[in-house]
Amino acid sequence: MTPLIEIEGLGKRFGRLTAVRDVSFSLQRGEVLGFLGPNGAGKSTTMKMITGFLEPTAGHARVAGEDVVAHPLAARRRLGYLPEGAPLYGDMTPASLLRFVARVRGLSTARWRERRDWVVGRLDLSEVWHRPIDTLSKGFKRRVGLAQAILHDPEVLILDEPTDGLDPNQKHEVRSLLAEMAAEKAIVVSTHILEEVEAVCTRAIVIARGSIVADGLPRVLFAAARPEDVFRRLTLGDAAHA
Amino acid sequence: MRNVIIVARRELVAYFASPLAYVFIVIFLALAGALTFYVGGFFERGQADLEPFFNFHPWLYLFLVPALSMRLWAEERKAGTLEFLMTLPITTAEAVVGKFLAAWIFAGIALALTFPIWITVAWLGNPDGGVIATGYLGSWLMAGGYLAVGSAISALTRNQVIAFVLSAAACFLLLLAGADVVQSFLKSFLPEALASAVAGLSFQAHFQQLSQGALELKDLVYFASLIATALVVNTLVVELKKAG
Repeated sequence: MTPLIEIEGLGKRFGRLTAVRDVSFSLQRGEVLGFLGPNGAGKSTTMKMITGFLEPTAGHARVAGEDVVAHPLAARRRLGYLPEGAPLYGDMTPASLLRFVARVRGLSTARWRERRDWVVGRLDLSEVWHRPIDTLSKGFKRRVGLAQAILHDPEVLILDEPTDGLDPNQKHEVRSLLAEMAAEKAIVVSTHILEEVEAVCTRAIVIARGSIVADGLPRVLFAAARPEDVFRRLTLGDAAHA
Repeated sequence: MRNVIIVARRELVAYFASPLAYVFIVIFLALAGALTFYVGGFFERGQADLEPFFNFHPWLYLFLVPALSMRLWAEERKAGTLEFLMTLPITTAEAVVGKFLAAWIFAGIALALTFPIWITVAWLGNPDGGVIATGYLGSWLMAGGYLAVGSAISALTRNQVIAFVLSAAACFLLLLAGADVVQSFLKSFLPEALASAVAGLSFQAHFQQLSQGALELKDLVYFASLIATALVVNTLVVELKKAG
């Protein structure tokens, strides 16, 4: 079975700064990858490269077999993406924004209605459906961002901090949604929250200073010590032992 | 093409969802009317045409059109929605053309709302409808030229005020390239042919022809190629800035 996400030697330099260095991994259907690391470690940059928003300066990324640089549209059709901070058009309502996304993604009217009903129910958007996104709470904004990412039921989901800013109940909701969708998809989730990785991810990659420093099963990775200590040891290097 | 229409439609709805659309239309109509009647001497001239109306358009557009185009890309960049838009399955060129079309259609709507002035002149006299229609076409094409330049400049920055000022400055240069002051300055150190080539790039000369009812292919080609060139630059700028 070809993996849904294949990353080979991916790297990104901004001028003299190397943001991501030689990142490689592949993800099969049914896997949920937790992408961990301190702020500025290169998580978002890596995700932006997988989605084709940033062009890598080294290596390759393929989504469902499509190279994101050579065939960007084919790759983007197969994935859903929640950018960091869930930027959305604030003057639109969730209804008009999602309708726009459905049109761009080529959903038929019948399919749109079906998917709309599903995301509205699943993400509990009905009470804000016709309110401008600017006026929504952070939690609702995040959920609208999530809704646009999963609207077309993509095989690959790239979610940059999907639970950031949500209250514990909402976090729980998002996690159970991810768990529910996991079997059919390959999902990459970046987060700071270590319990989240243990709760929903089948695999964890820790990234620090642009490179992968650990890759494995969350329960193995975090078995030896408290997750925070493992995180500190991996991402700070020897400084954490001092 | 389908994606161009989808993007244009979203953008157009966004114009009307904000007060910008209404402020723009009201100010445009008020200024166009005031300039025509008070400054242009519409009645005193005693001629049944819209020359005093069209004469002010290049100047009116100079600061109103950059107000329309400044948000096109700068706002996307600032709000971070560029990342959302450009990770949807649409090409950069489709997004550029879609956004431009929306702004251009909007400018067309504002322009069309000046129709009472046509009615006025038709009621008072017996104007040449063909000349007026050509004038409107010329005005709309010129608005497109301003918009395309403004859109490309908007892609350079995340700051809408900078986009506005730079666009107005660029359009001012394009407008005045053929004026006597600029031409005599250019001719002082440029060969005659080069100076007149610069004059050929000016909005003013091409619009003048159209506003007087002379529908010539060269003027249409001028505006079409200006718009096309600016949009190609716009696409390249979005691509390059995105690459980090």
